[in-house]
Amino acid sequence: MSDAGHAGAHHGDHDHGHDGATHGTMGSYMIGFGLSVLLTAIPFWLVMTGALGDNRLTAFVIMGFAAVQIVVHMIFFLHMSTRSEGGWTMMALIFTVVIVGITLSGSLWVMYHLNTNMMPHATMPGGDGLHDMQDMR
Amino acid sequence: MDSTGIAHFIFGRLTWESLPLHEPILVGTFLAVALGGLALLAAITRFGLWGYLWREWFTTVDHKRIGIMYMILGLIMLLRGFSDAIMMRAQQAMAFGGSQGYLPADHYDQIFTAHGVIMIFFVAMPLVTGLMNYVVPLQIGARDVSFPFLNNFSFWMTTAGAVLVMTSLFVGEFARTGWLAYPPLSGIAYSPDVGVDYYIWALQVAGVGTLLSGVNLIVTIVKMRAPGMSMMRMPIFTWTALCTNVLIVAAFPVLTAVLALLSLDRYAGTAFFTNDFGGNPMMYVNLIWIWGHPEVYILILPAFGIFSEVTSTFSGKRLFGYTSMVYATVVITILSYLVWLHHFFTMGSGASVNSFFGITTMVISIPTGAKMFNWLFTMYRGRIRFELPMMWTIAFMLTFVVGGMTGVLLAVPPADFVLHNSLFLIAHFHNVIIGGVLFGLFAGINYWFPKAFGFRLDPVWGKRSFWCWVVGFWFAFMPLYILGLMGVTRRMRVFDDPSLQIWFVIAAFGALLIAIGIACMLMQFYVSIRDSERLRDTTGDPWNGRTLEWATSSPPPDYNFAFTPIIHDGDAWADMKNRGYERPTGGYLPIHMPSNTGAGIILAGLSAATAFGLIWYMWWLAGLGFVGLVAVAIGHSFNYKRDFYIPAEDVERTESQRTALLAAQG
Repeated sequence: MSDAGHAGAHHGDHDHGHDGATHGTMGSYMIGFGLSVLLTAIPFWLVMTGALGDNRLTAFVIMGFAAVQIVVHMIFFLHMSTRSEGGWTMMALIFTVVIVGITLSGSLWVMYHLNTNMMPHATMPGGDGLHDMQDMR
Repeated sequence: MDSTGIAHFIFGRLTWESLPLHEPILVGTFLAVALGGLALLAAITRFGLWGYLWREWFTTVDHKRIGIMYMILGLIMLLRGFSDAIMMRAQQAMAFGGSQGYLPADHYDQIFTAHGVIMIFFVAMPLVTGLMNYVVPLQIGARDVSFPFLNNFSFWMTTAGAVLVMTSLFVGEFARTGWLAYPPLSGIAYSPDVGVDYYIWALQVAGVGTLLSGVNLIVTIVKMRAPGMSMMRMPIFTWTALCTNVLIVAAFPVLTAVLALLSLDRYAGTAFFTNDFGGNPMMYVNLIWIWGHPEVYILILPAFGIFSEVTSTFSGKRLFGYTSMVYATVVITILSYLVWLHHFFTMGSGASVNSFFGITTMVISIPTGAKMFNWLFTMYRGRIRFELPMMWTIAFMLTFVVGGMTGVLLAVPPADFVLHNSLFLIAHFHNVIIGGVLFGLFAGINYWFPKAFGFRLDPVWGKRSFWCWVVGFWFAFMPLYILGLMGVTRRMRVFDDPSLQIWFVIAAFGALLIAIGIACMLMQFYVSIRDSERLRDTTGDPWNGRTLEWATSSPPPDYNFAFTPIIHDGDAWADMKNRGYERPTGGYLPIHMPSNTGAGIILAGLSAATAFGLIWYMWWLAGLGFVGLVAVAIGHSFNYKRDFYIPAEDVERTESQRTALLAAQG
């Protein structure tokens, strides 16, 4: 959000549309829009036709499309690049990805073990002893 | 609708029974607070200070005044948090041999919860934020923070949270759950009253302020450094402030989210953290510690920054190992996200998870140890001046190392299985929070006070306070280590084993010494204000400082710097002094400044009213408050009178006064 605001604020300062480093052009917005539509339509198609046949595989593929979608938005709509704001946006992005990655993967790992060890009566999808935990059942 | 129905609609859950009239301690406290408050309000009215306070302080957007207000808030809340502490110490010292002590269980449980919440959120956080607010813009040669209005708003949101916690003392009750309010105890089934709701909304309201001030300071440090001040020329305190605010921005949304989920459980009947319907209370513990562990580094990193500035200044040397200090700070910033599970080793994750988090925890002691050696080597062969800030720093080094080592001990999962939730843990974290954060804040207060007010703090009373605090700390917490090793758990109200009593009596004696230390500190403020002429600093640089804030007058003018300084070296002011820097005495230009606004205090007041309505189920109040919030926020966005210019003549007058002052001392 703040990135978009910043890009907007800079617009007033510079000659409009001459340097494409952190500014959008009609072309780049259209490419971004087209990619977003495409990346949304394909998952819909996958679900509606069941083309892949396997629900779990479909779910993972959709998540993959979502991840690509995020990148498309960041590049074409938030104008993020390695140079924008003197590299600070890229630094902030890397930090965010690291922290979110730690939080999500760590929580999944921890909660998986806690559920397996401490909630023996719940049905655990995938809790079939693939890990190295002692079984308390 | 009959009359009870109407009363229920207007007052929600609030009835006469909600007022703690049956608790003589609370009634006495209320009378004292009410009389004191009335006397204060009467005095302000009598001396006609309301206009002055409103114009010059409540609505100010000056980072220096906001910083001072944060400090006042933190010190006032310290008194409340400490009275909770000494009540607990007294209760535990006397509740032996069949005695129930003097606190009923219901009240005791609220006290230990309130003590933790207040000390972390409304003492340590405001004091840390206040110092960063005051010092960072001066250290980087800026005239204010990036978003001055947001700064004012952040302060008042923090204050609104504190007001809610204080309200719970006399209207209703506070949570009885411990300071992190674990479900299922904090769920609606086991805590149906307003205590947990006070907890949730006080933290949510204050959390907005904390988060926004974090954003504000990051942008300030990234965008507003004086020309020439590259990242690796920033003062260490500014570096630690940057890392702390990055931690705030990354961690506080997790707290907001987890409390929002808990409030959905309590208000909307969802089942995120309940025992049944597929809820999982362990997820709450996991999430809140993902915030909770970075939080302790949010508090300690700025303290490390203060110690770095103080050690370097009072040893008369450049800081030893500046680069390693920066890298150690950044490494701690990242590592602080990788250790949260050590707060619940015993919850049952098993060997692989526990050993991973045990090792990451131990790894943190490496950058911290590097910092400790940097301070020691800075002192080595320095001309050390044992002024108060330096004394606090040395007390910190001796105390904190012990706390750090017991921390590494607790990081060993098998040891933690023995010591988890014991008084050993309590002793450990007080050892690092008092010995680290609080001593650092006291060093910082004594160090920067002359900058903020133009006179030094009285060293005699300061030293009395210092010795009472330090000795009192050791008396109060060493017995807890011993008790913890003997297996005594935290949050106990009464004890059976009479052989334990002596340790609690020693701990209570320590708390009494700390009480005297606090009294001496208040006396120090009083004496310093009374004798401000004797303690006057006319140079702006009373300690022979090394960073830019000492280049300004004490107190600095509203605009901080008449001309933005150009930076050529890490210790910018020391470098300027070495090169025989001459203050410019002419050629002033008008200075562009932000205007004061009352929007911050109004928005925070409406937030507090909304929260009060939500706590007591007064839905009309919550609704009105929220609509008011949105309306005032939109209205404020149409306020175009946001800035003004200080005329060049005013700048010239201020600066030539300073020139005369400096000339007078030769």
